[in-house]
Amino acid sequence: MSAHAVPHTVEHHPGAKEYIAIGTALTVITALEVTVYYVHAVRPVLPPILIALSALKFALVVMFYMHLKFDNRMFTGMFLFGLATAAFTAIAFLALFGFVRVAGA
Amino acid sequence: MAQLAAAPPTHVEEHTTSTGLNNRKVLMWAFLGSDCMFFGSLIIAFLVYRGKWVGHPNPQDVFDIPYTSVSAFALLMSSLAMVLALAAIQRGDVRRLKIWLLTVAGLGLVFIGGQIYEFTSFGAEGLNLATNTGGTTFFVLTGFHGTHVSLGIAWLLSLFVLASQGKITQARSLDVEIAGLYWHFVDIVWIIIFTVVYLIPV
Repeated sequence: MSAHAVPHTVEHHPGAKEYIAIGTALTVITALEVTVYYVHAVRPVLPPILIALSALKFALVVMFYMHLKFDNRMFTGMFLFGLATAAFTAIAFLALFGFVRVAGA
Repeated sequence: MAQLAAAPPTHVEEHTTSTGLNNRKVLMWAFLGSDCMFFGSLIIAFLVYRGKWVGHPNPQDVFDIPYTSVSAFALLMSSLAMVLALAAIQRGDVRRLKIWLLTVAGLGLVFIGGQIYEFTSFGAEGLNLATNTGGTTFFVLTGFHGTHVSLGIAWLLSLFVLASQGKITQARSLDVEIAGLYWHFVDIVWIIIFTVVYLIPV
């Protein structure tokens, strides 16, 4: 097995300005989540709106603050494996307990 | 296979690996993947019992959304401070690293303090671990999250001490990066908890 030095896998690091811009976006999205919570007119569609907004925050932190966007794909695979396992388990349990209708069930 | 004929590493970070990736970083990402499953199971437990709580109060009876929003904001800003700490040490700026590390730890303590006050007030209103399944699943989930945050704060403060002793340098920025990965994970778990547990109505 030939040995090789650790390659510099990170191609680009965002700077402080980008980080602050993302932090501002996260603040705005959080404020939007809380605002939407109090708007009674959107109550019927509140869960998907909140899930979409929190997914956006999740993606911003993982991709930019955790540098997953710029880092080796193996890290993405490791993280997404755990995340996907948790997500599929959640869907399975919610279907089992009647919260989610699975086609054919 | 026995011939790992690499030159001796000139620096502690320059380990030769079969993947080309730093082993500690691989370990942290693997751990975070497993922690996704851990918190996923706790969140699933909360969701499964949601709306089937027996007796009062249940979690939704006692939540103070504006109050929790402030602590959620504090944790989000701590993530910003963490990434600025990493950027600082990657530039070799140890002074700014220490400032930002203290900021992260401080915001983390604000969050934990907020949680302690919140849990205390919930207890005063009659919601505790044994009240009903809502109380059990809520406090186990948020309690484990709070424990993660507390350990993260201890880690960051230890990095601050090491930086003060001159042991964290630009060449050792990976130490800060790995701590940062853990801290950002703790933040994204709270992003999910805040939405799923607090905001989405039963």
